[in-house]
Amino acid sequence: MNEKSGERAAVAAGDASHPLGPFPRRPFPRREFIGRAGALAVAWSGAAQAGAPRDEMRRGMLEAIADTTARTAASTGVEAIDPEVMTALDRVPRHEFVPTEIAELAYENRPLPIGHGQTISQPYIVALMTHLLALAPHHRVLEIGTGSGYQAAVLAELVDSVRTIEIVPPLARQAAERLPRLGYDNVEAGLGDGYYGWPEAAPFQAIIVTAAASHVPPPLVAQLAPDGVLVIPVGERFSVQMLLLVRKRADGEVSVRQVLPVRFVPLTGGPR
Amino acid sequence: MNGGGSPPGPGFLLLAAVALLSAAALGYEVLLTRLLAIVQWHHFAFLVISTALLGFGASGAFLMVAGSRIRIPPGPFLALAALAFALAAPACFALAQRVPFNVLELPWSLRPFGWLLVIEVLLAIPFFLAATGIGRTLIVFGDRLSRVYAADLVGAGAGAAIAVGLLYWLPAGRTLDGLGAMAALAGATAAVRAPRPARWGLLAPAAGLLALLLTGATGWSELRVSPFKPLPQALRVIGATLTESRSGPLGLVSAVENETVPFRWAPGLSLLARAPVPEQVALFVDGGGPIVIPRHRAGAAPPGYLDDLTSALPYHLLERPRVLALRAGGGAPVLQALGGGARAVDAVEPQPDLAAIARSRYRSFSGGVLTDPAVRLYVGDPRAFVEAARGEEYDLVQVDALGASPSGLDALKAERLLTVESMRAMLARLAPRGLLAVTGWSQLPPRGGPRLLATLLDAFAAEGIGPAAEHLAWIRSWNTSTLVASRAPFSAAEIAAVRSFARDRAFDLVHVPGMEAHEANRFNVMERPWFHEAAARLLGPERADFVRDYKFDIRPATDDRPYLRSFFKWAHAFEILALRRAGGVGLLAIGYLALPVALIEAAIASAALILLPLLLVRRRSGARKEGTRRGAALAGFFSLGLAFLMMEIAFIGRFTVILSHPLYALVVGLAAFLVFAGLGSWLAGRRGPGGSPGGGSVAWPAAGIGALAVVYLAALPDLTSALLGAAPGVKIAAATALVAPIATLMGMPFPRALARLRQLDPVLVPWAWGTNGCASVLGAALATLLAVHHGQTFVIGCAALLYGAAAVALSRMGRVPRQDGGGRRQSLSSEV
Repeated sequence: MNEKSGERAAVAAGDASHPLGPFPRRPFPRREFIGRAGALAVAWSGAAQAGAPRDEMRRGMLEAIADTTARTAASTGVEAIDPEVMTALDRVPRHEFVPTEIAELAYENRPLPIGHGQTISQPYIVALMTHLLALAPHHRVLEIGTGSGYQAAVLAELVDSVRTIEIVPPLARQAAERLPRLGYDNVEAGLGDGYYGWPEAAPFQAIIVTAAASHVPPPLVAQLAPDGVLVIPVGERFSVQMLLLVRKRADGEVSVRQVLPVRFVPLTGGPR
Repeated sequence: MNGGGSPPGPGFLLLAAVALLSAAALGYEVLLTRLLAIVQWHHFAFLVISTALLGFGASGAFLMVAGSRIRIPPGPFLALAALAFALAAPACFALAQRVPFNVLELPWSLRPFGWLLVIEVLLAIPFFLAATGIGRTLIVFGDRLSRVYAADLVGAGAGAAIAVGLLYWLPAGRTLDGLGAMAALAGATAAVRAPRPARWGLLAPAAGLLALLLTGATGWSELRVSPFKPLPQALRVIGATLTESRSGPLGLVSAVENETVPFRWAPGLSLLARAPVPEQVALFVDGGGPIVIPRHRAGAAPPGYLDDLTSALPYHLLERPRVLALRAGGGAPVLQALGGGARAVDAVEPQPDLAAIARSRYRSFSGGVLTDPAVRLYVGDPRAFVEAARGEEYDLVQVDALGASPSGLDALKAERLLTVESMRAMLARLAPRGLLAVTGWSQLPPRGGPRLLATLLDAFAAEGIGPAAEHLAWIRSWNTSTLVASRAPFSAAEIAAVRSFARDRAFDLVHVPGMEAHEANRFNVMERPWFHEAAARLLGPERADFVRDYKFDIRPATDDRPYLRSFFKWAHAFEILALRRAGGVGLLAIGYLALPVALIEAAIASAALILLPLLLVRRRSGARKEGTRRGAALAGFFSLGLAFLMMEIAFIGRFTVILSHPLYALVVGLAAFLVFAGLGSWLAGRRGPGGSPGGGSVAWPAAGIGALAVVYLAALPDLTSALLGAAPGVKIAAATALVAPIATLMGMPFPRALARLRQLDPVLVPWAWGTNGCASVLGAALATLLAVHHGQTFVIGCAALLYGAAAVALSRMGRVPRQDGGGRRQSLSSEV
């Protein structure tokens, strides 16, 4: 592969062999997140769910996902999210993956800031991407860009083994502490350069790149198993413009699909 | 309102203090524009004018309401205001930076809306303080105010230049300290003649402030760049090092290296690329970017990945071309050209600090590509270079349009290089078989690409190149597209070369002459062949219908409306807004969205800070006089406020093209409008025609403004292209000369109308003043909004019409009785 690949640090929680040392299991200093605006945000969001039970909020989120998926089917080709993906989304406690100050917004169908200039994706986008990966329990999955760890947790509900790499050290540390705490022992979280994938564990049936990418890293395509799928959400934080779907056929040929996650026809009256 | 009795005329020191404080206030306006572009995105720059006017307006309201109760003599009062400004200018900005405002959340929540309002009010405070200090000085000296006023204007004019100087000399984060120090000096100057106890009570804090600000002990110099901008994102990555940072009037350039996770910026790189992307150094301008310097060994073949980008296409159509690479400061486009067989490359980089870093610190890293004998690097505005290079002939003009954000954050950034006029100039520099290639982002659904093509087609028509379909090749990857325009029709061999280039790299054909529909959308498959269909429709007979019916604004960009990346159409606003949670947030351009939001906030803030105080003291004002048409009067003053700012902002917009940078346009525009409008206002007060006590007519200045507007509208396009290639000094002089007559006239209506109203119905005067202030806050935001959709010409036209409407309304507000009205005279300064 490449000499650089050896440098990627495969680090599970507490792995003392990592060049940066073991991740201490300490709570993340909260003030580094987004300030003290949480209460205000709840008030303004008009959400009456401040005191509502989380299960109800999570159901609301699933309804929003199902509704949006149905509305965008003509453009995404996805009529409904795979029930198993929906179950996974129902099981993952999303509020554990956002700063406490905005935990009450966790189940709204919107992206949220998680500190360090990063975001947790909109639930609908998480659902759609996970669906598009067409996962089976035996699949090996690689995620580039751990962020809060939420996407990794959703994947971990669906497959036996997930590997995830983050390039921002505090986020990597945090996810490495958080995921096992929530029982996701089948996730191996690392800190380092995701460009070269995780060659020791390749090939992968599914790769998801949630970090900003100016191009599809060729090493990742190389680590894709036959019939494997790679998904990249394209856009800025808070606004996904499209999903890029790279599929490797059994004969090794690669095809690319650009999925607009919204039902929108740019021409009045539709294409003629 | 004359609180301190009748003082003697203003002394020299007081006048100097007024000039210094006025300079600091205008400097603050200019510096805020720059600093906000660094910590947020550049679209907040236009907010600054609105904010400044808010501060001025609130100050006027305050003086009217409470001015008569101020017992402090003018010198110490001015000193207090100046010292407060000295502290507030850096402090309020430091505070504003701590507001957790995130523009990217605008589509998702109301939170940013509230925080933006907080920022606007915070930043208006220093303007309020400066205006209160100067305004009261003007009021106190009543009839002898002309010298104070002159000092105010001279100071303001100098302030614009001082701000640019501060940006040269100091790191961006320290410039407000510098400005604060200047205001502290103003405070000390004003305090020198104060009675003894007050004197030391003012001089001591002035000295303390000066020391604090000059040493930077405040700790306010840190610029907290939004964590969502590319630079902070890059710096959070493990292994990132900020190696160099250079600050100047044209931007803050930062260089970042990362050995652990090297930069590998290669937008649109083919999925089939074989050569690895080498390590790169990333450069960021105002926190945006990156622009990369690829590692390269002198004498070795340029990195192969550059040939696997869509932008490499023209090098497969040309033999040993002479290339003009625009925006090439990092060196990658130059390396690509050399790798593509170029015999000579003229590279133009608008950012002097970026070019300097690439040429000095990273000279050996980049293999000395910018100092290669075949390469000439020009540091300056690419558009001006193209206009000035009239004798040159290139085989390829290569434009990199990937610098702007792909997702709408730069929607309001004027793109002077990709307008119809600019494309004509670029086409005119081509050899008979030369090519113009533009590479940009390809968003989905398509908008930037179709607009670029529409713009090019207008340039083709104007240059007599056609039939257009024969002169175009357009390819795309999943995130970039390259549009190649040829002066001569593409030959069969060239068409074959385009096809094989695209096929070998899994790029899609959007258009080549003779292309069939089934050839589109093969590799990077979207729901429909949106790009090809758009190209076919734009090249077909129904182009106008297509542009009209498209849900994004894809009308050609022009010098008058150079907003290539603003696609918002109000007709589809509700559809798009409704989709924002249903996966459609990417359809919104947040940079644009900030504009109507700012307009709404300007309305709220100006109502609260200008009109509300007036409303609260209404009862004290006494009974209203009969015979005055209040509606007509207020409508007239409202129109005047709107008209003035719309005219000013439109001119600054036009100057952005001529003067090559928004900052220079702002500096020249603000200073020239202020000084000449001040002159006009002074002239208006001096001699109303017929010496009428009412201060003379509003009609003839309005007519003059209308006439001048017509002349300018007719002459501006030719003038723009004539001036673009001129020396900077000539450009500045010409811009100032353009402003002088119209601004002088624009300064006249307000004081005249106010003087007349004072005689008619003094009770209405504060209201006229407040209405006018609110309108100008709104006008600043409204002008930009209108310009984005309809162009600067339209805004200038609207402003001229508003002047006409104002003249009509004001002429109907009532007749001035022959004898003095006898109402309580309010010694209001109309010129605050």
